[in-house]
Amino acid sequence: METPTLNSLYQQLILEHYRNPRNKAELPDATVEVHMANPVCGDEIRLQLRIENHTIEDVKFMGQGCSISQASVSMMTKLLKGKSLEEAQAVAERFTSMMHGDEAAAHDRSLGDLRALQGVSKFPVRIKCALLGFDALQEALKRTRNGEAH
Amino acid sequence: MDMQTVGLDPLRLRALFPALDQVVHGKPLVYLDSAATSQKPVAVIEALDRYYRDDNANVHRGIHELSRRATEAFEDARRHVARWIGAKEAAEVVWTRGTTEAINLVASSWGPANVGEGDEIVLTVLEHHSNIVPWQLLARRTGAVLRYIELDDQGRLILDDLDTLLTERTRLVALSHVSNALGTINPVEEIVRKAHDVGALVLVDGAQGAVHLPIDVQALGADFYAFSGHKMCGPTGIGVLWARKELLDAMPPYQGGGEMIHIVERDSSTWAEVPHKFEAGTPHIAGAVGMDAALRFLEEVGMDAIARHERHILEYAMERVGGVPGIRILGPGDVTERSAVLSFTMGDAHPHDISTILDSEGVAVRAGHHCAQLVMKHFGLAATARASFYLYNTREDVDRLVEGLEVVRSIFG
Repeated sequence: METPTLNSLYQQLILEHYRNPRNKAELPDATVEVHMANPVCGDEIRLQLRIENHTIEDVKFMGQGCSISQASVSMMTKLLKGKSLEEAQAVAERFTSMMHGDEAAAHDRSLGDLRALQGVSKFPVRIKCALLGFDALQEALKRTRNGEAH
Repeated sequence: MDMQTVGLDPLRLRALFPALDQVVHGKPLVYLDSAATSQKPVAVIEALDRYYRDDNANVHRGIHELSRRATEAFEDARRHVARWIGAKEAAEVVWTRGTTEAINLVASSWGPANVGEGDEIVLTVLEHHSNIVPWQLLARRTGAVLRYIELDDQGRLILDDLDTLLTERTRLVALSHVSNALGTINPVEEIVRKAHDVGALVLVDGAQGAVHLPIDVQALGADFYAFSGHKMCGPTGIGVLWARKELLDAMPPYQGGGEMIHIVERDSSTWAEVPHKFEAGTPHIAGAVGMDAALRFLEEVGMDAIARHERHILEYAMERVGGVPGIRILGPGDVTERSAVLSFTMGDAHPHDISTILDSEGVAVRAGHHCAQLVMKHFGLAATARASFYLYNTREDVDRLVEGLEVVRSIFG
């Protein structure tokens, strides 16, 4: 296997989100909240969404962990505001397929800043890091669809 | 390096470990994760191969030649371990899957028979999860209370509290000989003396201790000593519980099955003699044979020479790594108080990112909480990067680590 380069992994945009995460705050009027952790590395994310009329009105997160997990969730929250549940689900699926090597997804403008994370797909042990926020999102969407959210 | 003072040639030794001779991500491998598991010398690999090719059979039951050979090799290995740790007799050596199973054996067997409601078990904040969770399970089962020896800011046990922590309710003190997360060497003898003064027993988690220090269980004075083969050049899946014979005799069986029984009736059975009472089922015979070969290998190199070499590498690493801007080294500042483990953080670069970058430079380190979340919490961290050194590591390996850290700095600096 060809050795992937570090430059493809640590894009400036990733480090910028890591150091200045977007939407990192409490969301007091959240309708759904999911806590996800990767027990192997200790990365943690608490994702809060306010969903009204099938639309994500607001989204915030709290968390700690590596640059990949924290940048990924920051980029994700930036993209979600105003999206319908179906649109949010589509972003999650598109991002997941990019992590599994889908080149077309990597050029999909609908993924916004998240495209900078394409290089992670070449580092199999780090894919879990990039997906942590999306795992939380998918769980939140599922709970909302099932009416489990308050 | 001065071979006369060190007495060990790491380059010659290195050539005896086939896995070290490879290129990863286009760079020659530098393996700095021996605290997780050591690489294996040819002598051990060949012993496993030879056993399966020539002698493979089940132990203690066949009358045939191969079974006799397998049994002899298995019991020779046990006797070798007994000599290695200074046990009074081979029957004090129980084979387990590793340190974790050895501790669970004591917690499951000795525990409920000796620990009751309101009794106390004293642990330390330094412990690996494998020396915490079995006692939590026991405490939940029996209503016992867990107490902890705290750490100072260099990750050393605060022994001033010992006199108040140890009471007539203390049944057991369970502590690591050497910390896997920080490398701290604990003053086990002193703690054993104080524990025995209040009538408590002492279990020592030797997973890291047996690797780096010559072990004499009699001199140490402990009641139980647990360690693994795979961290000291042996195979995975084989480990040892040493305990004083009278303790083992009094303890009920851990698991039931073949090998551990004397006579089986419809409603009850009688047990085999110690140590077989604790070895239900077909054991890891090849693992024991491999462990025997590992101990022979370590004897040839010499544990004192290994200890001197590790000290030398550790001193060099603390100086070189400590000189990289942004590095914070955790654990005792005095090298005489620590073994060859270097746990560190680096600015705002997360240990996982440090590890990925080092890996791409061919340098294998571990990142994470090292199964010691209480230690991480003590330092207010979620994770550290950890480089650990063994007999085959060289100063050049440390230089490569430092070069890798410079790459981390160029990305995160």
